Amino acid sequence: MIKNISNLGDSALYCDFGIEVNKQINSKVIKYFHTIKKKEIKGIINLTPSYNKLIISYDLRVTNFKEIEDKIKNLEINETQKINNKKLQIPVCCDASFSLDMERLEKKLNLSRVKILENFFNKEYFCYMTGFIAGMPFLGDLDNNMRVQRLETPRVKVPKGSIGLTEQFSNIYTFESPGGWNIIGNTPLEIFDSSKEKNPNLINPGDVVIFKQITLEKYKNYNE
Amino acid sequence: MNNNYFEVIRAGVNTTFQDKGRNNLYHIGIPFSGAMDNRNFLLANKLVGNKLDLPVIEFAYQGPLLRFYGDKINIAITGDIIFKLKKKDHEIDGNCYETYQLDHGDEINILSTNKSVYGYLSISGEFDIKFQWGSCSINTKANIGSNDGKKLDNGQKINISKINLNQERKKINYLNSKIENIRVIKGTNYDYFSEEGKKFFFEKGFTVSKLSDRMGMRLEGPKIENIVNTNIKSEGLLKGVIQVPADGNPIIMLSDHGTIGGYPKIGVVASVDYDRLVQISPGSKIKFREIELSNAETLFKLYEIETQNLISQIK
Repeated sequence: MIKNISNLGDSALYCDFGIEVNKQINSKVIKYFHTIKKKEIKGIINLTPSYNKLIISYDLRVTNFKEIEDKIKNLEINETQKINNKKLQIPVCCDASFSLDMERLEKKLNLSRVKILENFFNKEYFCYMTGFIAGMPFLGDLDNNMRVQRLETPRVKVPKGSIGLTEQFSNIYTFESPGGWNIIGNTPLEIFDSSKEKNPNLINPGDVVIFKQITLEKYKNYNE
Repeated sequence: MNNNYFEVIRAGVNTTFQDKGRNNLYHIGIPFSGAMDNRNFLLANKLVGNKLDLPVIEFAYQGPLLRFYGDKINIAITGDIIFKLKKKDHEIDGNCYETYQLDHGDEINILSTNKSVYGYLSISGEFDIKFQWGSCSINTKANIGSNDGKKLDNGQKINISKINLNQERKKINYLNSKIENIRVIKGTNYDYFSEEGKKFFFEKGFTVSKLSDRMGMRLEGPKIENIVNTNIKSEGLLKGVIQVPADGNPIIMLSDHGTIGGYPKIGVVASVDYDRLVQISPGSKIKFREIELSNAETLFKLYEIETQNLISQIK
């Protein structure tokens, strides 16, 4: 299942699940992630699942590469385990004040604004991973005719709540942050809440997200 | 309620509460954080007779000016720090790695770090601060941790919830060793770089950029040429990972790093050199030396033994 295990520095295992990015490979990563997390293996201090990799970091004071590698190689993974996922609707407003890169998207995709929104909304997107900044979900896949590259020059500040597009993925900026994704709209929903220590992320790997368009008026009244 | 506190007369450049950091949160996008220089964090706590993992105040470059209100309390400062203590009728130049007693109205003025970046102030007691996921460490990026996840500000109060009964004065002779050569294990994308790029990486030096902070250390020097792809599929990052973006200038991930990144990884700093790496100040030179995994593991063990020895010397 893991194609290759190597070391990333002296305190982490780098587990490679293949070069492609698709749901099947990512689901394997998520299954490994859940299994290892549940086992609470001595010395492991962090797990970072991503599209097709899993990075396992460990405390070098307690264990070492060989020990953790052996444990991971001998791990039994239940292939048929069901990932506990949920389906979420995320309200998004695409008022001109929020869709910062609409003109660029129209030009690069050679589609009208109406068509872009029609392609983007009311479809199921799978959450591959969360991170970079706290709680940011990486969702996919966008339709083939909706795929664009990152901005040539990233923004120094992307507003909190922004919905970005790049290649086959969409993300949500949970905090104001630098970033280079094409901004299509903004959600009034809190995607990350640090006061909920048990589960601060609204969207977790394996979840399915559907974006629903809302008006500016509804956006403004959303949190009242 | 409690009458012991510090008034922050001057907060300093980047002053935060830090401790051992947070585990098991990378998968939701929250980095480890914690004290940048772990050895100096531990020594600070030991010098004031605390449990080793208690919160301390971390500062960078220019530290805070604090006035103490309340009963007697011991403090210690670790790192390579220039500071003064203002008592009622006199002022003294402080020494690092030595406890001092503060009385009501005394001031600690942490003027600057000396050719280094981070320093630590501990108190013989406990700050009255919030913990999130078992750690007080402030992550200003996600506003996580104590002080609402924000660095300390001028004019604010720092409440002290507990002062230790035992207020013994302690001291240790210790000099922070400075290093220019940082040992690095080859990264998972080492082969993405040209022969010349790899050679430059290990043979030429770099200069630490002013744009370095708790998230990352940016380097300037010879451009490291990528011959495969300047982007990879986004994947996990760790403290010490050296990424090279399209512009060819390496960036070393530090304690508050983003948890996911899409730039190729040319190398990873060996754990043994991490505490000393973070203390290299902007404008200084830094050189990378290749090290094998097994050597890195052994050297880290020796470094840990050395740290434990230092701790046990403080009686």
